[in-house]
Formats: sequence, structure tokens, C-alpha cells
Amino acid sequence: MRKARIAYGGSIHEAIEWEGQLKLNDGRLVEESKVTWLTPIEPRTVFALGLNYADHAAELAFAAPSEPLVFLKGPNTFIGHQAYTRRPADVIYMHYECELAVIIGKTARNVKREDAYNYVKGYSVANDYAIRDYLENYYRPNLRVKNRDMGTPFGPWLVDAIDVANPMNLKLTTHVNNELVQEGTTADMIFDIPALIEYLSSFMTLSENDVILTGTPKGSVDTAVGDKVVTEVEGIGRLVNTIIGDESFINR
Amino acid sequence: MSRAWIKVLGVCELVSVDVNIVTNTIRIEDSVLSANEIQLDIPITGTVFGTLLNYKGALERLGDAVNDKPYSAPPIAPVLYIKPANTFNRYGAEILMPAGISRLEMGASLGLVIGKQAIAVDEDNALTYVAGYTIVNDVSVPHDSVYRPAVQHKARDGFCPIGPWIIDRQEVDNPDDLTIRVFINDKLQQENSTSNLIRSVTRLLADVTEFMTLNPGDVLLVGVPEDAPQAVIGDKIRVEIAGIGSLDNVIVDEKEFKWSGTI
Repeated sequence: MRKARIAYGGSIHEAIEWEGQLKLNDGRLVEESKVTWLTPIEPRTVFALGLNYADHAAELAFAAPSEPLVFLKGPNTFIGHQAYTRRPADVIYMHYECELAVIIGKTARNVKREDAYNYVKGYSVANDYAIRDYLENYYRPNLRVKNRDMGTPFGPWLVDAIDVANPMNLKLTTHVNNELVQEGTTADMIFDIPALIEYLSSFMTLSENDVILTGTPKGSVDTAVGDKVVTEVEGIGRLVNTIIGDESFINR
Repeated sequence: MSRAWIKVLGVCELVSVDVNIVTNTIRIEDSVLSANEIQLDIPITGTVFGTLLNYKGALERLGDAVNDKPYSAPPIAPVLYIKPANTFNRYGAEILMPAGISRLEMGASLGLVIGKQAIAVDEDNALTYVAGYTIVNDVSVPHDSVYRPAVQHKARDGFCPIGPWIIDRQEVDNPDDLTIRVFINDKLQQENSTSNLIRSVTRLLADVTEFMTLNPGDVLLVGVPEDAPQAVIGDKIRVEIAGIGSLDNVIVDEKEFKWSGTI
């Protein structure tokens, strides 16, 4: 099943995909274009992976890491499907990152890789935008790059784990203004989903609605104000975002 | 007495109280109780953001290394990190020493508790976004390099004691002049002051909210002073901040912990 959280008619609803429309939890059928998409779950702790695809690491001139390069994201950065992300006027290089999001379903501590999928509730898509101008070499990638307001579109759906036969063999694509700019497959992850769950749960407790953003393949290209950026993971979802500029904000 | 809020175990809302930070007592309705007589819970509800290298002495410790690889230049913007929800820990509770690790670093920090949504605030009125102040022990597995995010060092279960209360902002004349002390087994191990911050409280709030909204209940740590003391199993830790209070915890072996008990 594909589940969403949306705002409609002045309140927040859970909904499921229903013959091309949304069926709200109160039974109403609504067109997708008539709702405001929220993130498919309210994320608790969110882990993101840097350099988890060998081709992207090479693209950034890094050797592949020997242990997962993990950083955390706060709730301020997440926005839903069909939303807007700000590009400050002074930046030179802001790029999307199409990623498979893994949503944890229950408390996980010291999980072995062979059991790891038992702890996954489902999957979604994230676009882990980065502004490279703001990269500094302290706790890199730093929050000014990776935890900006509106910086992480997430959705549209939570797809139940049971409906995804092999999450380690899904095609990832990004289109900017309908042009294909990024293409890869989750098969190329350096640390796969079971390895990441084993690693993280070896030193901390994971809980329901913790999220692991599993990294992005190569294909980072600068984006401009007005661009429509579509990050898609095969069978999981197609996440649409539009870049807006400083002129949309009257206070700065 | 200072106006404060406490979170009591089993009570949903924060409770307004008066506290005496010298005697460590709380006046609640008609009673005056020791902080140890009340089951104090974690007094915050949002996200905890830490700030790295915000003490002059902490940056000086890196010395010329800031110009060498991998850092290549001194920091420009605030260097932040997140203490996730699994790290939250309460006044009086145990900090677990993970298996295979023998010493933990006690990171004493003033916590700014946000009272209203703060987006791109001006330095001049930044304090009006602060509800009050609390004490945070930002516990870490000791690590020298600050090049990569230290999730494995800083995000372990229970590595972020917070409390015992939130002191109302109006009770603190100058948050940039507060003495911070760490005692281990009642012996003074560290003393510093927020007067040594690189970014003052208001400057930090302005620079952080330029790119990141802080919401009510979030906590921004102003930083950990240099030479954070290290503690071992059995140590009693007290982080004291002048005008705010003191936060007590004890280090225990992870293997002894069975989801129960308090000190």
C-alpha cells in the first residue's frame, strides 16, 4: 500500500493511493492536485549518508569511505511533495540528491544484518539538497549545507516494505525541467540497507519513524530558480520540487 | 528564588515553579522540596542542536591545524550538530558507559530553550526568542578529529542529560557572563565562563536562524569549553552553571543497566 499524509479541508489526514486519487482516512476521495502534501511520516531521528555510492564519491574526488559517513538532519529541513526549496541569491552551486529513504518500523538495537529488514516499515524518496558554497571541513557536511529550512523534500508516499521485493535493486533518476540529469541504481550502494541498520543500531537505539537516507549516485548538476526538480525511485515514488529565489521572501 | 519550569514524570505539561539554585530546592504550590525528592523529567520537547568550537579556548586548542588538511581554513559559520532523541536523559539518571569504552567526555553547556519560532532573527532582539536557560551535559566518546560528523561519538543512548529545570530568561542578567563548573565526585575538574564564547548568545542565535528555524521547545547549546573532563564508571558528575543550577548524573556500566532504577 502507498500511504500519504496530506492537508485537506483545513485538517491533516492520512490517506492512501486509490485508483489514481487519494482516499482519505475519513473515506473521501480527493484528486492529488487538490491537497497539500506533507511528509509521509513525521520523521524522528533522520540519518543521511554521504558518499555511499562509489561513482558519486569519485565525482566529488573522495575515496569510498571505510565506515558509513553518517550525518543527522533536524525536523526544520523537511518539506513534502510539490513544495518549494529556496536558493539564496549569492550561491554558485546548489544541487539535488535523489535518495531512497528507509523508514524504521520498530525499536532496533544491536540488529544483525540478516534480521535487518524485519525492522523496516517502508520506503520513500528524499531529495537531499546541498549548497556546496557553504561546505566547511568541520563535521562535514555541516548543517548549513544539509539542514537548511526547506532543504529536504521527502515523499510523496510511504510504500509498505512488504510491497518492495528488492529495495537493493531500484533505479534512481532525477529530471530537471524534464531533462534526465541523474541516473543510478540502489544496487550500487557501498553500505546496503542491512549494513546501515546493523551499523547504526550497534551503537544507538533506533525507533519507529527514524529514517535513513541512503545516499545518492553521481550526477550532481547546479540548479536555478524556477527549476522543477523531480527525484524518482522506481516503484517508490516521484517527488516533485520547485526552486524559488530570495524574491519570494519579503524579510530579506 | 528564581522563576522556572520543571517537567515532572507523569505530568504532561511543564509546571511553573520557583527554585532556589543554591539549596537546589523547588517551591511547588505550598511545599518546598529538594530537587532530588521530585522525579524530574527532561524539560524540553524539541530538537537539541549543539555548537562546536564556540569557545575561544576550544578553537585555540586546534591551533595551526585549522589551516592544515583536512580543515584547510578556520570555521566561518557556526558548526552545528544534533543530539537526537535517543540521547535525551534526565536529571539524576545514569549515563551508560558503552561496552569497549573506558572514558567519556563531559561536555558542559548552557542550553538556550527557544520560546517562540525564530527565523532570521536580529542580534538586537534575539533574546526575546529565548524562553529560558537549562543545563546540558553533552556527553561524547572522546575523539580528536572534528572533520566528520561525530554521530558514533555523540549520539549514543542517554548521552544528553538535560535539566534540572528551565530558568526563566528574565532571571538571567547576562547569559554571556555565566561561570560553568564541572565536578566529578565533588572535585572541581573544570571551570570556564560563557564570557569566553566566540559567538555570544545573541550572535549565535542570529547566525543559526539565518539558515535554520528554531522552534519552541528546541534547545541550542552555546558550546562546550576546552579541556572537557573525562569520567569513568562510578563517577558522580555535576555540571553547575551560575544562576541556572546544577545537573547531576552518574556513570554506570551499560551491562549493569536493566531498564530500571535511578540514583
